[in-house]
Amino acid sequence: MRVEGKGIIDRSHPLRFTFDGKSYGGYRGDTLASALLANDVRLMGRSFKYHRPRGPLTAGSEEPNALVEIHGKTNQTPNVRATMLEVFDGLDVRSQNRMGTLKYDLLEVNDLLAPFLSAGFYYKTFMWPRAFWERVYEPVIRRAAGLGSLSGKHDEGVYEKAWAWCDLLVIGAGPTGLMAALTAARAGAQVILADENPLLGGRLVGDGGTLGGEPAAIWVAGVEAELRSMPNVRVMTRTTVTGAYDNGTFGALERVGLHRPARPNLPRECFWRIVAKRAVLGAGALERPIAFPDNDRPGILLTSAVRTYLNRFGVVPGRRVTIFDGSEAGRVLARELMAAGVQVAAIIDPRAEASGLEDCPVHLGAQVVGSRGRLGLRAITVRKGAETFEIETDCLAMSGGWNPSLHLTCHMNGRPRWSEDIMAFVPMEGAVPGLTAAGAAAGRFSTHAALGDGKAAATAALKDLGMAVPDLPLPAAEDAPYEPRALWDVGGEGRAWIDFANDVTTKDVRLAAKENYTSVEHMKRYTTQGMAPDQGKSSNVAALAVLADATGRSIADTGITTFRPPFVPVSIASMGAGGRGAGFAPQRFLTSDQASRDRGAPMIEAGLWYRPSYFPKPGETGWKEACDREVGWVRTAVGVADVSTLGKIDIQGRDAARFLDFVYTNTFSTLPVGRVRYGLMLREDGMVLDDGTTARLGENHFLMTTTTAAAGLVMRHLDFVHQAFCADWDLRFLSVTESWAQFAVAGPMARALLNATLDAPLGDLPFMGVTTVRVGGVEARLFRISFSGEEGYELAVPTRYGEALFRDLVGRAETMGGGPYGMEALNVLRIEKGFITHAEIHGRVTAFDIGMEKMVSAKKDCIGKAAAQRPGLTGPERQQLVGLKTHAPLTAGAHLFRPGAVVEPATDEGYVTSVCWSPTLNCWLALAFLADGRARHGEQIRLVDHLRDIDVTCEVTGPVFLDPDGGRMRA
Amino acid sequence: MRLKCPLCGERDRREFYYSGAADYLSRPEAGAAPAAWDDYLHNRDNPAGVTRDLWYHEQGCAQWLVVTRNTVTHEITAVELVAGRAAE
Amino acid sequence: MPELIAKQAWAGQASVTKAGLSLVPLEDRAIWSVALFPGGAEAAGAVLAPLGLGFPQPNRWVSAGAARLVWTGRDQAFLMGAEPPAGLAGAAAVTDQSGGWAGVALSGPGLAQALARLVPVDLTPAAFPEGAAIRAPVNHMSAVILRTGAEAVEIWVFRSMARTLWHELAEVLDRLEARIAIKG
Repeated sequence: MRVEGKGIIDRSHPLRFTFDGKSYGGYRGDTLASALLANDVRLMGRSFKYHRPRGPLTAGSEEPNALVEIHGKTNQTPNVRATMLEVFDGLDVRSQNRMGTLKYDLLEVNDLLAPFLSAGFYYKTFMWPRAFWERVYEPVIRRAAGLGSLSGKHDEGVYEKAWAWCDLLVIGAGPTGLMAALTAARAGAQVILADENPLLGGRLVGDGGTLGGEPAAIWVAGVEAELRSMPNVRVMTRTTVTGAYDNGTFGALERVGLHRPARPNLPRECFWRIVAKRAVLGAGALERPIAFPDNDRPGILLTSAVRTYLNRFGVVPGRRVTIFDGSEAGRVLARELMAAGVQVAAIIDPRAEASGLEDCPVHLGAQVVGSRGRLGLRAITVRKGAETFEIETDCLAMSGGWNPSLHLTCHMNGRPRWSEDIMAFVPMEGAVPGLTAAGAAAGRFSTHAALGDGKAAATAALKDLGMAVPDLPLPAAEDAPYEPRALWDVGGEGRAWIDFANDVTTKDVRLAAKENYTSVEHMKRYTTQGMAPDQGKSSNVAALAVLADATGRSIADTGITTFRPPFVPVSIASMGAGGRGAGFAPQRFLTSDQASRDRGAPMIEAGLWYRPSYFPKPGETGWKEACDREVGWVRTAVGVADVSTLGKIDIQGRDAARFLDFVYTNTFSTLPVGRVRYGLMLREDGMVLDDGTTARLGENHFLMTTTTAAAGLVMRHLDFVHQAFCADWDLRFLSVTESWAQFAVAGPMARALLNATLDAPLGDLPFMGVTTVRVGGVEARLFRISFSGEEGYELAVPTRYGEALFRDLVGRAETMGGGPYGMEALNVLRIEKGFITHAEIHGRVTAFDIGMEKMVSAKKDCIGKAAAQRPGLTGPERQQLVGLKTHAPLTAGAHLFRPGAVVEPATDEGYVTSVCWSPTLNCWLALAFLADGRARHGEQIRLVDHLRDIDVTCEVTGPVFLDPDGGRMRA
Repeated sequence: MRLKCPLCGERDRREFYYSGAADYLSRPEAGAAPAAWDDYLHNRDNPAGVTRDLWYHEQGCAQWLVVTRNTVTHEITAVELVAGRAAE
Repeated sequence: MPELIAKQAWAGQASVTKAGLSLVPLEDRAIWSVALFPGGAEAAGAVLAPLGLGFPQPNRWVSAGAARLVWTGRDQAFLMGAEPPAGLAGAAAVTDQSGGWAGVALSGPGLAQALARLVPVDLTPAAFPEGAAIRAPVNHMSAVILRTGAEAVEIWVFRSMARTLWHELAEVLDRLEARIAIKG
């Protein structure tokens, strides 16, 4: 019910939203919970296990009950807390975790079955008969389990991530945080003030009251205005600090667009990573419920929640309110309600000695021991001494005391300490370096203490940073001593809820103790207490207290489970913001990219690069036809391919040759200027790291080529070897991959094509030679190297000329009966020649395995040499590179077996790494690793691929299928 | 986690590549006994306390760093350039 | 003989102004890596001095006219907008990087807010003042970032990643603009 004259909602902005399809009215400033309560809707959800009717317990982010689904245009978001969701025009919310309607949920039958569904029921119940698990139990449980549902579609909403830096991060904008922020702001520090609510003030908003002799709201507004006017302060509302991490890093979730209709490009949420030199935790405290039978009915709320609904929203969750509270706060609430014209049916005060003088009935020394009302509270049962009586009420406010919100202090392994003074856990000091808990979060609950604490914490933090801090006066505020309460559980026969979110009762905790799950960590996992989306914020201490009681220990000895990040649920989408689609990884495009696409080439990813797969011609039916044609061009005419993706590293210095001798197995110091050599690089453990060619451009100048796949890896490796072992050498190297566009020109007519292209005819460039040429007046480098087995060249020009040169080369090749070739043809050409790629040098093969052990120079040390000579790496037991030939399709990944052998892991003799159809040799070819393979050329071997149902016999050959003597390359 | 790169200053850990213990800097002489190579390649302590390990500032200055840190308290006590060792 | 037409990294890319920020593609320019050999600092300094350029300290850049020397790593800087003077060769490894990098200029109020969406480094004026230049990631890309004015930076990434850089920055501007719109 809405109360006139109360609340700070904006009554000039009425709006409409729907809940389960029914339209309701609310005001700007309402949460879903306050707006529904204003409409006398108390039932907002069903509990997790027993499907009990539930309404909000709280008015904050710790809400365990009122979880709903938002149905937006781009998103369906489950498990949204109605107490945090701000309503807006057109908001479409549905209740969740029900079968049927919210009022008539078929799974409510679970509540009747409760005697069988106690803690551990899964383990006990579904043991027998065994065959029932998969066919009966699991499907039924899966259907019943969980809370909200997902749409199953992509989340098309916009999410954002961002960084922020500050001297002081103030977490929470209640009296503690406001005073801390103001102190630091006036000192000139860079300040971030973050609060999860849309309004600053914390409990000052929910409690009303006065500060410095005026309404608290006026003081809050004054501080807010000052903070917002200062350039060194960033005020972040709707932002929950979710985690504390190493070296002053904090995670925070900002609700950017969740409180309004979706609009293009507006993020729903932003995940912040805040780096703070110091932090003040002013997160306040969370009120505890009291366990009594049937304490979970809609209409039963925490005292502070009822106060917040009244003072912030002008809403009372009922018409006849009762209050079960042993503190002054309960009395204040009663007076506020009565002043607002709301009937208070009774105050049930467990204290025997307190005042009984209120304008409503007060039952001292009494406890609430039961309730009734199927879909909402209708009456409570009160016990006073030997007497038990019923009071009709539709709203009960209860309070079992307060727990400091110390969660962030535990994120780096801090263990809270039990305080008998306030009957609650308090933070361990210094648990998060640089972070100080202050005010209620540190267990100092009065407003005066909070203000003073916030100021002191900020002052100490900034002085620690060497800043001068002004001495701000504190506004006068209440400073009542805190009345510690230890009323967790009133006892009795019925089920009394502790963890509302996961449906854990006092009985479950006692059962856990009885079954010897006496450690707090075991009890948690056995009962699932504290494992729901609310992470046990309202239930933890009560559960410990009941466990302590059941095991005869003190609460301090019982201990507490660990609070871990995040403090509130964080959507995966926000944490992964910026990582979807094109944001997943950089896309690298070749200079020839547009030219290839113009020719209709489908692009495929090679690392981060996009390379043409093949160049289709009209009339061709698919990639294979195009690929065969392109291979034919290279074998009989000329083909052109963009090979700029290969890593290129420019190496200079008097020690450059010496360095290459150290990182390659073979020798480069003997390489003449103007020549190119193939090199093999090992990891220090003796496995092959990479291969490629290196050209000597000058006495002290080399150009190394790496594979596309390993370019980054090789750079990191070279940096390590250089910096760790020879930092003082006369040596510098740098990636020049981006500086050059490089094109392979290969085939019997390659030289003719180059002669037609270059400014001057090509002289006598020997195989594995390099020279400087000019093309179109531009200085270029020409390497005579071949990855196809044909006479081949690679022509490199500065990147800016890449597109023009590619178009020119392709055009000329076409006039000569050739043309461009793509990755598919490139792969066939290299397999026919037995050239390896990272399909073969995959990290588990040695130089010996690929038949290159002779390339490991005996005359010098190199990285990986010692390890490569270890026993077991150089014998017939090794799987060695071979070729396979047959007339049936082959697959990479297939395994090799002796013909006639039983096909099982024990008889596995090797595996296939690369396969192709060879249009040149008219058969299927494969490269493979086979045990003692080099001694088995000519044998038959059986190739089995269970995944693709392939089982064929092949001939084992050497890995070089075409032109083993290399005559064509050297032509 | 943040590391103070001696060249670039304090940076978030996502800029760095982690590569294991700093033992990897003590490469045996060519011709050392196999046991020395085994130790170098494979045998590592797993201390609860101070450890020294190698990080590469891949998204920054491309320097390899030796980081001295405590695996229990997460305290980082030193970040040094690998390349700076020779000059020490 | 072919006619090779040079193509700019940003050929055809129009500027964008959004959220009070201006995103402008930069023309290709001469970029040379100057990496000092051990002991080469003095000799290199002597060769660079006539250009009016001193070898920059880490995380700094210096300029004289159109020529800049931008710190890019240990004993390494990029000479931008000028050809390397003869005589550097013995003191430093000099490597042509022209055309290998694509740069944009981003400027306007709220610059730091835009950069904070992509770069995990504090780029507010106090922490990243005029004359500063850093190596840092822009989302997943390695970049060189220079402060070029009170509210202006240049960002350079590998040329092959130009489209991704533009995509990332344009997306940030779109989102900032939407945020500004709901404040109004």
